[in-house]
Amino acid sequence: MSTATPTAPTTAPPPPPTTGDRVRKLLQARETGIVLAFLAVLAVTTAINPSFLFSKDGWRDLFLTPSILVVLAVGQAIVIITRNVDLSVGSILGLVAYATGRMFVDTGLPILVVLLLGVLFGVVLGLINGALVAFAKVPALVITLGTLYVYRGVMMSWAGSDRINASDIPSGLLSFGTSSILWIPSLAWISFIVLAIGAYLMGRTRGGREMYAIGSDPDAATLYGLKKTKRTLVAFAASGGLAGLAGVLYVARYGTISSGAGLGIEFEAVGAAVIGGVAIFGGSGTVLGAAVGAYLLMTINRGLPILGIQDFWQRAVVGLLIIVAIVLDKVLKDRQHKKLLAERDAE
Amino acid sequence: MATAAPGTVALELRDVSKTFGQVVALSSGSLTVTTGSIHALVGENGAGKSTMVKIIAGLYRPDGGTYALFGEAVDFRTTAEAKDAGIAVIYQEPTLFPDLSVTENIFMGRQPRGRLGRIDRKAMDTEARALFARLGVPIDPERPADGLSIADQQIIEIAKAISLDARVLIMDEPTAALSGVEVERLMTIARALRDEGRALVFISHRFDEVFSLCDTITVMRDGAYVSTDRIADVTVDDIVRRLVGRDVDDLYPKQEAEIGEVVLEISGLTRAGLFHDVDLQVRRGEIVGLAGLVGAGRSEIVQAAFGVDPYDAGTVKVNGKKVPPNDPAAAIRLGIALVPEDRRKHGLVLDSTITRNITMAIRRRLSRAGLLSSGAEVTTARDWASRLEVKTTTLDTLAGTLSGGNQQKVVLAKWLSTRPDVLIVDEPTRGIDVGTKAEVHRLLSELAGEGMAVLMISSELPEVLGMADRVVVVHEGRITAELNREDATPEAVMYAATNTQGASA
Repeated sequence: MSTATPTAPTTAPPPPPTTGDRVRKLLQARETGIVLAFLAVLAVTTAINPSFLFSKDGWRDLFLTPSILVVLAVGQAIVIITRNVDLSVGSILGLVAYATGRMFVDTGLPILVVLLLGVLFGVVLGLINGALVAFAKVPALVITLGTLYVYRGVMMSWAGSDRINASDIPSGLLSFGTSSILWIPSLAWISFIVLAIGAYLMGRTRGGREMYAIGSDPDAATLYGLKKTKRTLVAFAASGGLAGLAGVLYVARYGTISSGAGLGIEFEAVGAAVIGGVAIFGGSGTVLGAAVGAYLLMTINRGLPILGIQDFWQRAVVGLLIIVAIVLDKVLKDRQHKKLLAERDAE
Repeated sequence: MATAAPGTVALELRDVSKTFGQVVALSSGSLTVTTGSIHALVGENGAGKSTMVKIIAGLYRPDGGTYALFGEAVDFRTTAEAKDAGIAVIYQEPTLFPDLSVTENIFMGRQPRGRLGRIDRKAMDTEARALFARLGVPIDPERPADGLSIADQQIIEIAKAISLDARVLIMDEPTAALSGVEVERLMTIARALRDEGRALVFISHRFDEVFSLCDTITVMRDGAYVSTDRIADVTVDDIVRRLVGRDVDDLYPKQEAEIGEVVLEISGLTRAGLFHDVDLQVRRGEIVGLAGLVGAGRSEIVQAAFGVDPYDAGTVKVNGKKVPPNDPAAAIRLGIALVPEDRRKHGLVLDSTITRNITMAIRRRLSRAGLLSSGAEVTTARDWASRLEVKTTTLDTLAGTLSGGNQQKVVLAKWLSTRPDVLIVDEPTRGIDVGTKAEVHRLLSELAGEGMAVLMISSELPEVLGMADRVVVVHEGRITAELNREDATPEAVMYAATNTQGASA
C-alpha cells in the first residue's frame, strides 16, 4: 500500500551480486534442470546396461548421435528467440545434403569448397525464409511450413529416384565423419564449436541481445528503434546456414543421401529447443539449453530400447517430454511472475 | 553533452499535420518548448496530442509543417533517428522487454562494447546502479522487467533517457495509472531534470498536476493549436473552456432520480488479504460512488460480487435473489453488468468490429435456432451506438482503432444492451477526454433516472462527489465511511480513504 510504512529491507537499494548469488543463479537456471535430467537418463540406462556409456561404441554414440541435431537446435533456438520458428530446416538439410553430393559427383571442386558452398546454399535458403517473414509480414509458422514442402519438392524433383551413394563421396570426408579427436567424435567437436559461437553471439553481443528483445516484445523493439528486419533476416540466415552445415555433416556421417534425408527432423529441432527451455513465444532461453535439450532427446531415444520400452512408445515419451517441458516452463514463469508481483505489493 | 542555456528553444513544431486515409489526426499542431522548462500539453482525447508526440518521436512522419530541434530542421524516419537527436518519450504504459533484465532494458541497442563486439556487462551494471542511485529509487537492475509497477517502468524509461543524455523528454500521460506517492516521486524527478536544463513536455488530463508542475501550457483542440501561456497567467477554468470550446457547467449533470427499493445487496463479503466484511446496498435509481485510494480493493470487491473472482465468505443478492459465486454468466442473467476498469484488456475484443463488441453479451438472445444473423446484430448495435453517440463512420470499424472515449462508449453499449438492473462501472472515465466524460456522466445519470441501480468506482474525487447520491469509502479492503450526498465533502472522503481519523479499521 502507498501509505508510509517503514521501508522493508527488500526495498533498500540492492547491493551488487556476490559470488554466492551467482552460484545460486546458476543452480536455479533452467539449463541446470535439463542437464540433471540428461544425467539421470544416462545414469539409469547405464546402470541397466553399462555398455551404454562404458563401451567404445556407447561413448562415441553418446556424442555422435546428437551432433547434427545440436547444430539444428542452435539455429532453431536463435529463430524461436526472435518469436519465429523455422520448420524448413529438415528440408534445407536434405536439399543441401543432396546438392553437396551432386557437387562431388558432377564437379571436381575441392572438398572444403564444396562444403562451404553447401553451407552457403543453406544461408540462401534461410534468407528466402527470412525475407518472406520480414517483408511479407506473414507468420513464420506459415512461411516455413510452405518452404518445408517447397524445398523438399525441389530436392525430390531434382533427385528423382536417384540417390547419392557412399561410393560417390570422397573417402576423406567419410573418414572425417567417423573420426575422433581426443576421444570425442569430430562431428561432435564441430557441434561444440557451433554451440560456443552461437552462445557467445546470442549472449554477449548487441545483435544477439536485440534478438531476445525483439522476441520479448516486438512493439517495444520498434519503439527502441531496433533493426527488426535485419535481425529477423540474420536469424533465419543463421538457421538456414546451420541447417546447411547439418546437411554437410549428414553427408560426412552417412554418405548415402536419399530424398528422405532429414525428413521430420525439424520437429526434433523444435522439440530440443523447447525442452531446453527456449520459450516458444520468444524472448527467453539459451542456445546452450537447446543443445542440452538435443542431447536429452537423442539419449532418451537411444536409451528407451535398453530400458525395454517398446518402439512405438518412444515417440509418445518424447512427445510427453515436450509437453512436460512446456507446462513446466509455463508454471515456473507464472510462479516467477506472481513472485515479482508479490514483491511489488510488499513494497 | 552540455545542455544549452535555459530558455533556448529546444523543440519547435509549426503547423504540422498528419492524415490517415480520410481521417485527419492532426490538422495544424504547433508547439515550442524551451530548455530548462516543463511544458504542459493538454487537450481532449482525439485532439491530436498523441499524434504529435509520435511525430516528435519519429514514429510518424508529418504530412506538412515544420519540425526543428535546437533551430535545425529535422525529418526523422525512425525512432532511432529521433533518439540519436536527443529525444526521449516516456509513454503512459511503457513498453519494456519483460523477459530481459532492467539493465538490458535501459541499454538495449547501445550497450557498451569491448573487443569482438563483446558487451561490457560490468560497465552496464555500474552505470545502471549509478542511474538508480541518482534517481533515488531502489530498483534492482538485475531483476527482469516483468512484474514491475507502471511507475517503476516509467522510472526505467527515464533512466534510459538520462543515460542517453536526452535533451528533450516527452511524458505522455505518465501519471494516469500512478498512485499519489508515485506521482510525487515522478514530479520530483521531472523537476530535477528541468533544473539540469532539459526540456520537458508533460501531457496530462489532471489539471492539479499540470498547474503544480509546469511552467508553460499549450492547449490543443480538434487536431489544432489553440493557445500557449505561462502557467501563472491562466486559471483551470480558462484552460477547460479552451479545451472543450464551451463552458463546463454541465460536467456533472446529476439529475434527481426517484430512489426505490434495494436492488443490489452485498453483505459480509470477504476475501482473505483483499477485502473484509463488505456490506453494500444500491437502490433503484441510485448512484453509489465507491471511493478510495488506488489499491484499496474496490475493483476486487466488485469483481468478486460479479463472479469473476472468488470470495471466501458473504453473499451477493440482486432483487432478493442470491447471485452464485464464481459465475459471471449467472450474474448477467440476474441483471448485473460490470464495465471493467481496463477496457482494452477486459472490456473489448480489440480485433473485432464495433457491432460484434456491442452484441457480444447478448448473442444468445439475438440468435434464432442457434444461428446469429448479422442483420439482428447490426440493428441492435446501431441502436446502442447512436444512443451513446459512438463517433465512427461505420460500425465495421475495429474497436481497437477507436479513441479511448469511444471505446468506453462501446463497452457501455455492450453492457446496457443486456438491460441490467445493476450497472457497475469501474473508473468509467479514466483516460477519456472532458467532453466525452460529460457525456458518460449524463448517460449514467439518465440511466439512474430510468431506475437503474448504479455502482461507480472512481478515483477522481470531483466525479464521485458530483455524481453520487451516496459515497462509500474503502480503505485497505474495509468500508470506512458511508456518506450521503450532502455530507460528502472532499475532506470527509479523503479522511475515510486514508483512515486518518480513528485507529479502528
